[in-house]
Order: sequence, then structure tokens, then C-alpha cells
Amino acid sequence: MASSYFSKSKALIMQNLKSRKFLTLGFVNRTSSVTTSQFPPHLIKTISFPPLPARNYESSSRINSSIAFARCFASVSGGRGAHTATSVSDDVDQFCTESPSQEVDFPGGKVKFTPKLTFTSKTIEERVPCYRVLNENGDLIIDSDSVEISKELAVKMYTDMVTLQVMDTIFYEAQRQGRISFYLTAIGEEAINIASAAALNINDFVFPQYREAGVLLWRGFTLQEFANQLFGNKYDYGKGRQMPIHYGSKKLNYITVASTVATQVPHAVGAAYSMKMEKKDSCTVTYFGDGGSSTGDFHAALNFAAVMEAPVIFFCRNNGWAISTPVRDQFRSDGIVVKGNAYGVPSIRVDGNDVLAVYSAVHQARKMAIQEQTPVLIEALTYRAGHHSTSDDSTKYRSLDEIEWWRGDQNPVKRFRKFIENKGWWSEEAESEHRSNIRKQLSQAIQAAERVEKPSIGDLFSDVYDASPKNLREQESFLRKNIEKHARDYPTDVPL
Amino acid sequence: MSKQTYEEPYLNFSIFIKGDRHQVVVLTIRRLWSTSASSSHLAADRKVLKPLRVKGEKMWGFIRQEVGARGLSALVSGKYVQSLRPVAATMRHYSSATKEMTVRDALNSALDEEMAADPNVFIMGEEVGEYQGAYKISKGLLDKYGPERVVDTPITEAGFAGIGVGSAYHGLRPVIEFMTFNFSMQAIDHIINSAAKSNYMSAGQINVPIVFRGPNGPAAGVGAQHSQCYGAWYGAIPGLKVLVPYSSEDARGLLKAAIRDPDPVVFLENELLYGESFPVSAEALDSSFCLPIGKAKIEREGKDITITAFSKMVGYALKAAEILEKEGISAEVINLRSIRPLDRDTINASVRKTNRLVTVEEGFPQHGIGAEICASVVEDSFGYLDAPVERIAGADVPTPYAANLERSAFPQIEDIVRAAKRVCYRSVPMAATA
Repeated sequence: MASSYFSKSKALIMQNLKSRKFLTLGFVNRTSSVTTSQFPPHLIKTISFPPLPARNYESSSRINSSIAFARCFASVSGGRGAHTATSVSDDVDQFCTESPSQEVDFPGGKVKFTPKLTFTSKTIEERVPCYRVLNENGDLIIDSDSVEISKELAVKMYTDMVTLQVMDTIFYEAQRQGRISFYLTAIGEEAINIASAAALNINDFVFPQYREAGVLLWRGFTLQEFANQLFGNKYDYGKGRQMPIHYGSKKLNYITVASTVATQVPHAVGAAYSMKMEKKDSCTVTYFGDGGSSTGDFHAALNFAAVMEAPVIFFCRNNGWAISTPVRDQFRSDGIVVKGNAYGVPSIRVDGNDVLAVYSAVHQARKMAIQEQTPVLIEALTYRAGHHSTSDDSTKYRSLDEIEWWRGDQNPVKRFRKFIENKGWWSEEAESEHRSNIRKQLSQAIQAAERVEKPSIGDLFSDVYDASPKNLREQESFLRKNIEKHARDYPTDVPL
Repeated sequence: MSKQTYEEPYLNFSIFIKGDRHQVVVLTIRRLWSTSASSSHLAADRKVLKPLRVKGEKMWGFIRQEVGARGLSALVSGKYVQSLRPVAATMRHYSSATKEMTVRDALNSALDEEMAADPNVFIMGEEVGEYQGAYKISKGLLDKYGPERVVDTPITEAGFAGIGVGSAYHGLRPVIEFMTFNFSMQAIDHIINSAAKSNYMSAGQINVPIVFRGPNGPAAGVGAQHSQCYGAWYGAIPGLKVLVPYSSEDARGLLKAAIRDPDPVVFLENELLYGESFPVSAEALDSSFCLPIGKAKIEREGKDITITAFSKMVGYALKAAEILEKEGISAEVINLRSIRPLDRDTINASVRKTNRLVTVEEGFPQHGIGAEICASVVEDSFGYLDAPVERIAGADVPTPYAANLERSAFPQIEDIVRAAKRVCYRSVPMAATA
């Protein structure tokens, strides 16, 4: 890390100051005086210290450093040319004629020199390829690496994808009917939800954004439990504290959804660090979108995870849209996969509408994260086939044709259905039976959830702190007295 | 035989005077534990009979020490003579073995002990490891506990605050250091939205036993972006606890309490106090020592006027009280110790006794701590006030750098003295002279 390099190079300087006559090079003196000055440390955030090669000066420095000195004035290599002057020992006047070095040591490792003045390109010549196992017709692509899955697993994945799709449709309608205040669908991203969850273990902590209800569904959250949260009734595990779709379940290791974008990404890294310290056979997974990858939290988290070697899987759902912002207005890089690469995180791009590709990638990523103790980034390309939420009408900023095309054969549910039907594991009858079954369960769940009473007044004041503080207890008793005294000013359907 | 009793939050002090000669002092120290930390070795009563010298006169003193669970009231002292061991902070002139300790060492020892006691406690921040801490608060800890538990971070407050919160979600107990709380603004979303509100928003499923600590408020000549006081901002957030130590004992006791607390705690220190030495009692040096969160301390008893202060301003208020003493005004100085929860009871009890209040803080005046204290006193003790409450705060300007300007931008001892006199109607109000 930077601070340890600083101390190493500082030690080296002090060593050389004692052994050689460095004092003539004002460079070193000046900088060392800066570091020991009266400046409060927090004002010196960058180390303005010329980097020294961390190697033995005695033998080879004469040759290499003097050549470096010569080269640095001959060509403008890297802009650090002036600073390498300090690597020159007192043999400034001796120019050797032995073979020049092709690389130089800087903090961070050796780099090759180039005499060419070229910048890396702005336009992307070739995009990172996308891993895919099934084609649009549900056929396995020849030679594709993938994990074998059993019939039970495939059917469970498919039925959960259908459940998710039906659940999203019906709850969306419920919002349109005014029964719940808000809803957000995962239409088009069912494969991401279910297949990634299927490849994980229940002990892997999930840090979701908000479009991953399918992960909870896979882990066992029931339709009734979903409905309870949406209606904010007294059975809601969130005690009516959160707006709809902010599910959370301690039992299922699914951290409560927070509205703040991408704050869950560094949280996942911290929790992964905790798992690393406990040497657990589990990792954390965090989901975010193409928009979330613009936040400061995303960059800090990726950078940090690489440095800490934390076992975390970063799953980016690149669905092309952040509300009305298309990816072209979000970033100009080649998606998010290259960003992972830039931070030193092993990354892969997968077809997010392909169940088997997502499953295999997450399966492998989990193994890597735990066995090698490394973060992994998966960018799943997909399409947000629904509106951003019930507060959005996406036809205002994108064409209906585009939406319809993605709802067609590209749809992950349809593609996987073709695969399992081809295998003989599914049929039309099973499909309609399952769908009507789910629809029935959902309408029952909604009706039941609507009828259940809301959380009691006591839940307004609990859980602010671990133990209830005096001022809140006073406020609660004051409120209760008020309700008793002025009952007609308070709603009758709120239990006390 | 006459008896005078003084009540303090965790101390009962009774003097029995018989004639002019023999005096017996009885001290009952009541310790309130704020957490379920280990306390088995702090057993029940300990009786130690000890001869003491008070102003040259020999007298017998007894100490009774009692450990009570949270919420228990103090035992009524004075029924019978008991063992006494003076608590250094209130009885400085006693010459029993009290050590001096800088605030820096107090914090360092508190961190060290808590990390030794609980393997889940770890420190994270910029320069906390190899550099031994930007202000040397975490000196020696990297060598002792290794890089897994003393983590040097890249420069991203938002990043490492978020990571700390995430690790707390999973059961670790991070102590996150901000080089100064001015930099905490980069991380404030995580402090408030991810830490403070989590227990509530998750309905108790996610608790966040995290401590955010670092220097707060002005130092000396560091300019506007390094001098703001954040007590009022964080003090407004439900779900957070905000502590403001002054002395070394405060620093030790409150930091230990903060680390053991299951709720997120914002721990506001002061850079200029790091090097200051304070006497600490042997009790405070014990590794299980812990101060209750939410209790203020009456640093100096008085009867004419109450001065509330926190952090560095406590020192100023005490000096102002000495000056006022010479002018015949007896000032009671309250060291808040905790901004959230604010100890309204102690403040109000004091105002009901003295009938006048001056609040002192270094932060900006609008929406500051003094405003909250003033409102609290007006709500609870309006009838007892003999004069309007005076608030002393920093100037309503971003802090300037030049030494003379900076001095004018923050309360000085003379400002406190003048305000105290105004509140006693002993000098012409500033408005009248304008």
C-alpha cells in the first residue's frame, strides 16, 4: 500500500543520505523537510515524494540510473522523467555504455518504456465478448462451457421465473388499482434473478438493489410474505417502516433493500471482509444496475475489495436504462466489465437473458471468490422490459417497438422454456397449470394482506435504538394519552 | 452534627461536620452500566477505611462503591460511615495516588483494551496503521493486532464508511476513524442512511454496532474546511448516539462505552485536547471502566448561574468560572459528555437551582446545540428562569485562517465571563450599547 511504500523509500533515502553525499541534490532534502514539517497530516493527502527504485544502489544503480537520467531528457517518457533524477547517485557525470534497460522500477512495480507518444484510444475497437450457453431457440451452443443442471433444478428455476413474472404483473396491477402505493417489476430480468440465486448458497449474504425480488423468492420468501410487505400490515417483517418492494429477511440472509443507490456495494465488501476474517465458506453477493456503476460508492467498493481481497461477487444488471437515461449517457466505457478489470477484479460479461450462462458464471464466480479469496465482477447484459417503476412511463423516452421486441423471443422466460420443453421436462399443460395456480395464490395473498390490520402505534417508536430511550417512551405515552382523549382525531383502523 | 449532601449523576457526596474538628466524608460511587459488558469483577461493596488529609486536617474517610444495573437510583448515603476513595476529578486536592494521562493516551489505551477484549473490534481509516494514526491515536496497534484488525484505507471516506457499515451488518464491530469530521461529509450518507436508520428500517433485523470517531471542530489555523463542528448535525439524527468527551477520563470511559454499544455512535474528539493531560483515577484505568452514555457531568458546583459546554469549551468554561468566582458569581459548569441523548434532566435540575443559563459551543450559532438546550429549558423549567438564556457560539462565518481573525471567530474565556455577567444583570447588555 502507498503508506508502506512511503516508509520503505523513506528508509532507503535515509540510508543513502548517511552513506553518500546526497546533500548536493536539494531534491531529497526539500521533500524530506516537507514531510516532517508542521503541516497537520491531514493537509498532506498526496505524497509529493519522488519515487525511488526500491533496489540495491550499490551495484547496478550506476548503470541503470545514469541511463535513466540520460533517457529521461532524451524523450519525454511518462512525465516522471524529472523525478528519476533522484535515482541518480553521485555518478551524474558518468555515462555508461552498457546495454540500456527496457523497464524501470516505480512504486507499484516495473513498467516497460516506450518511445512512442500515444494515448490509449477513446473509441472501443473491440468490445469484451459475452458468454452465452443457450441461443434464442433454447438450444445449447456447441462447445460452450457450462455447469450441468439436473431436471429438478431446471424445472424449479423455470417455475420460479414464471412465478416472478406473474407476481410482478399482478402486483403492478394492484398498484394501478390503488391498492398499494408503489411497485417495481423485474420483467425481462427473471433469468438474472433466479439463476444467480440458484447458483448461490443460503449462507451467502445478499445485498440487493431493488430489482432482485426473485432472489428472495428462490430462497423461500412466500407470496404472502411479499404481499404483507407491500401492504405494510402487521405481519410485515419490516413493521410497516418501509415503502413497497423494500423487502428484507434476516432468516434468508437478504439485507433489507435501501433506497439509496449503490450504497449496498461497499456494504457487501465490508460484510465479505467480515466473512474473510471468520474464514467462512461463504461469500457476499451484491446487485446493482448500469446506473449504479456511476456512483462513488461503486468505485470505492471495487477498488477496496481488490485491495482487501474480499470474497464478494459484484453482479451488475446492465439493462440499458437508468430510468430514462440510456447507457450512452451513463458512461462511455465498454460497459462495466472493463471497469472491474481496471480495478484488478476478475470480470466476465454474460448474456443476462440466458439462464444457463448466468447460472454457470455465478457458480464459478462463487468458487473463485471463496477459494481464492478474491472479488469477482459479473456484468449481465439484459433489457429492462418493464417501466422503471409504477411512477414511470417508459414509452415517453423509448420506442414501443424496442420494448415489444425484447418482450418477444428474447425474453429469458421464453428462451428457457424452449430449452426445458426440448428436453421433455416441461409441457403446455404444466405451464398453464402453474400459471393459474400462482395467480390464484396471489389474489388470495393480496386479499388476505389487505384485510390484516396495520402495525400498532408502539411500532412507531421501537427499534430506533437497541434499547428504547426515555424521550421516546415519554413521547409514546403522551401520544397514547392524546389518542384516548381525542379519539375522533385519529384513524380508527390503526391498532394501539 | 450537620450534614451537607451533594448529588451528582453517579456520585453522592456527604460531609459530616461535628463542631470545627472532625469531619467525615462519605462518598458513594454509583456506576451505571450502559451495556451488558463484562462486570463480574466489579463486585459489590468494597469497604476501605483510609486516613486522608484535607487542608492539613486529618480526617477519616470511607468509600463505598456500588455497581447498579441501569436505572437503579443511588443508595442513600450517610446512614452509616462507609469506606471512601476519592474520585480524582471532583476532589483534585486529595493527594491519593492519581495518575495523569493525556487524552491521546486515554483513547489509545481504550482502543487497545477493547480490541484485546473482543476480537470482532477492528479499526479502519486513513493512516491508522503504518503511520500510527494521523494524530497517533492508534499508535502501536498495528504492531500489536496486525493489518487485519488495523486497516489502512485508500482515500475514500464514502468507501470505507460504507465498508465499515457492511462489516457491522455481518457482526464485526468497526471503529472508523475520520481524519477530521469535516471529511465525514463525504461519508455522511452511510453514517445516517446506512448506519443510523438501519435498525429502524429493518425493524430490528439489522443492527449496526459501529463507532465513527475523529477530531471535530476547530484546531489552530486550519481554515474553513477543517474547522466545522458537527455536533448539531449528527445530534439531530434519531438512531445515532453522539458523544463529546472532554477529559482523559471522559475519553476512556465514553470510547469504551461507545465500542460496546450496539447502536451506531459518533464520537467527536478535539485535536487540541489530544495533548492535554488530565488526572485519572485508578478506577478509570481499569480495563472494564465505562461511563454511562447520556449522562452529563457537573464539573464544578455553583449556585448563581449554569454554564453548559462540551469538549474544549469545558476547559474555557471552568476558567471563566474561576474568574467569575472572584467577582462573586458562583458558576456551575456542566460538561455535557453526550449530545445525543442530551441529559435534559441534569441541565434542568441545575437551572432550577441557579435560575440562569449560558450555553457555550464552538459550532455555528444557528440550529446549534445551545438552541436545543435553550428550548429544552424553556419547555421544562420556564418558570425558574430569572433571565433569558444566552447562547455563546462560533461566529456565523466560515472559519478564517489568520490567527487574529480565527480568535475572533470562536468563543474565548472573556466572552463567557461577559455573558455570565449579562445574565446576572451585572453589566450593560450589548444591544444597549449599540
